[in-house]
Amino acid sequence: MQHPKRNIALFIILGIALALLFIVNISLGSVKIPMQDVLQSLTGGDASKTTWQYIIINYRLPKAITALLVGMGLSVSGLLMQTLFRNPLAGPDVLGLSSGASLGVAFVILGSAVLPGAMAGFFLSSYGIVLASTLGSFVVLLAVLAVAQHLRDTMAILIIGLMFTSFTGAIVGVLTYFSTAEQLQKYTFWSLGSLGNLSWGNIIILGLVTLAGLLLSALCIKPLDALLLGERYAKSMGIDFNKTRFIIILATSLLTGCITAFAGPVAFVGLVVPHMAKLLFKTSNHMLLFWATLLCGGILLLLCDIFTQLPGSSFVLPINAITSIVGAPVVIALLLGKRKGIFN
Amino acid sequence: MEKGTTLLQAINLSIGYTAKKQAATIASNINLELKAGSLTALIGANGIGKSTLLRTLTGIQQPLSGNVLLNNMAVAEYSAQELSQNLSIVLTEALPPSNLTVFELVALGRQPYTNWLGSLSDDDFTKVNIALKLTQTAHLSHKKHFEISDGQLQKVLIARALAQDTPLIILDEPTTHLDLLHKVNLLRLLKKLAQEANKCILYSTHDLDLALQLSDRIIVMTPQTVVQGTPQNLIDNNVFDTLFNDANIVFDKDKGGFVVK
Repeated sequence: MQHPKRNIALFIILGIALALLFIVNISLGSVKIPMQDVLQSLTGGDASKTTWQYIIINYRLPKAITALLVGMGLSVSGLLMQTLFRNPLAGPDVLGLSSGASLGVAFVILGSAVLPGAMAGFFLSSYGIVLASTLGSFVVLLAVLAVAQHLRDTMAILIIGLMFTSFTGAIVGVLTYFSTAEQLQKYTFWSLGSLGNLSWGNIIILGLVTLAGLLLSALCIKPLDALLLGERYAKSMGIDFNKTRFIIILATSLLTGCITAFAGPVAFVGLVVPHMAKLLFKTSNHMLLFWATLLCGGILLLLCDIFTQLPGSSFVLPINAITSIVGAPVVIALLLGKRKGIFN
Repeated sequence: MEKGTTLLQAINLSIGYTAKKQAATIASNINLELKAGSLTALIGANGIGKSTLLRTLTGIQQPLSGNVLLNNMAVAEYSAQELSQNLSIVLTEALPPSNLTVFELVALGRQPYTNWLGSLSDDDFTKVNIALKLTQTAHLSHKKHFEISDGQLQKVLIARALAQDTPLIILDEPTTHLDLLHKVNLLRLLKKLAQEANKCILYSTHDLDLALQLSDRIIVMTPQTVVQGTPQNLIDNNVFDTLFNDANIVFDKDKGGFVVK
């Protein structure tokens, strides 16, 4: 409000950065493709080699779009949770949502042997995995919220999240003990996280669910602003707190659940990106933060995805490793910085 | 609203908690009347139930029996939206960490009137600026809320309540963290708002001597009863002698305050 010009400039810069990174992300990979051919394939023209065009349309473009959706969805759910829990360190992975989603997926992948054939078939399809992982994160968030109701100390909520993470981790451990090598491999690859390998059909599901989650989040912009003063003030200003909390839970579990199902547990993005947005825009206004978080989330994940492809080699590192390598130092820096506005 | 109109009424009110189907009564037989254009202080010893009374009057907590009427309608029957246009609050609890500026904080008071995105209209801007001006905090409007002093923050929170544009404002111990000078300034501000903006203001406090000098009416909670009256009236009736259950603390009528024997 007080720096409209600065904010507009920031949004333009972020928008351009996002668009550039999107193109750069697509142009890089184990096969070297000239920029001209990349642009031609993207704009519907023909590349000089059909294999190049095939790689771009069916492999790199879906991966870049997945990176965008994952970055945006996780970051916005982190923003919602930081305000809801009044805790700067809240985020889908810190509070155990991602591990809840992992548990759901573990039940499906590792436990499917117990189910009758037809049901196992359904559960192992992408719909089944999305459903299981959304349910998993939903259940964990409800449990964390139920416990958080009785705690006024925001640090305690983080410890609760940690406990849920290790609890779900233990159950996954038990499940892996009883599963076959093939199932185990499938689960391990899933848990390393990957933005690639999604068909266009999967991307449409991911896109629609992410869109639904983001629309629900947009509904909460005004109540989230009120919640900056705490629950009692928010209620006194006419906010239906229970309804708002329900929408936030629904939105975050949809976003985290669906994204985790398709891309695996991607750590730190949900925690770090809202802080990047808050530091850049120096505001708590959720209208600004919503868009800023969307843009920063897309940018960060596209960037991390570029790092997963080591230049000139065919190795692709797991995305979860890269986000953790980038994210962990940022969290430590945030804690050391202890700015009064963020940490009282 | 005309000066002297009754805004908030408590009739045969009984307050307390219901736990395991057993009612724990904190105070009963409470009859109060708050009028537009008046400043009322609520005093009582720690743990006597001031907060419970305020919670019941603001509709956060259900009364055990009796009624709380706001504009002749039970508070419980108001929707959250309607109530937010009639009653605003100022709390003592610390605000959660955020980057809110003073202006944004005060502007949040306009939420009952804004659209689903909370965007401010010209009218909203005017109301926010009036609130900042009345509380003399306009010069702080671009500061972050954590950069200003406790006294200033308390004024800003009052400005937020003013921006909410409600006939009734209830404050929970607004003078707690302030020194004498700022306590007096704050109570003067409340008095001015009651008189000039015709607000009906109720605040709880432990600063009896200041409350006696600056409030129009006082509600005294003692273990036995809840009494309401003008300061002089209550002094004449020796109400304050029963405030603390201690023979060593006595009320000095001439000084208008307590002395320790």
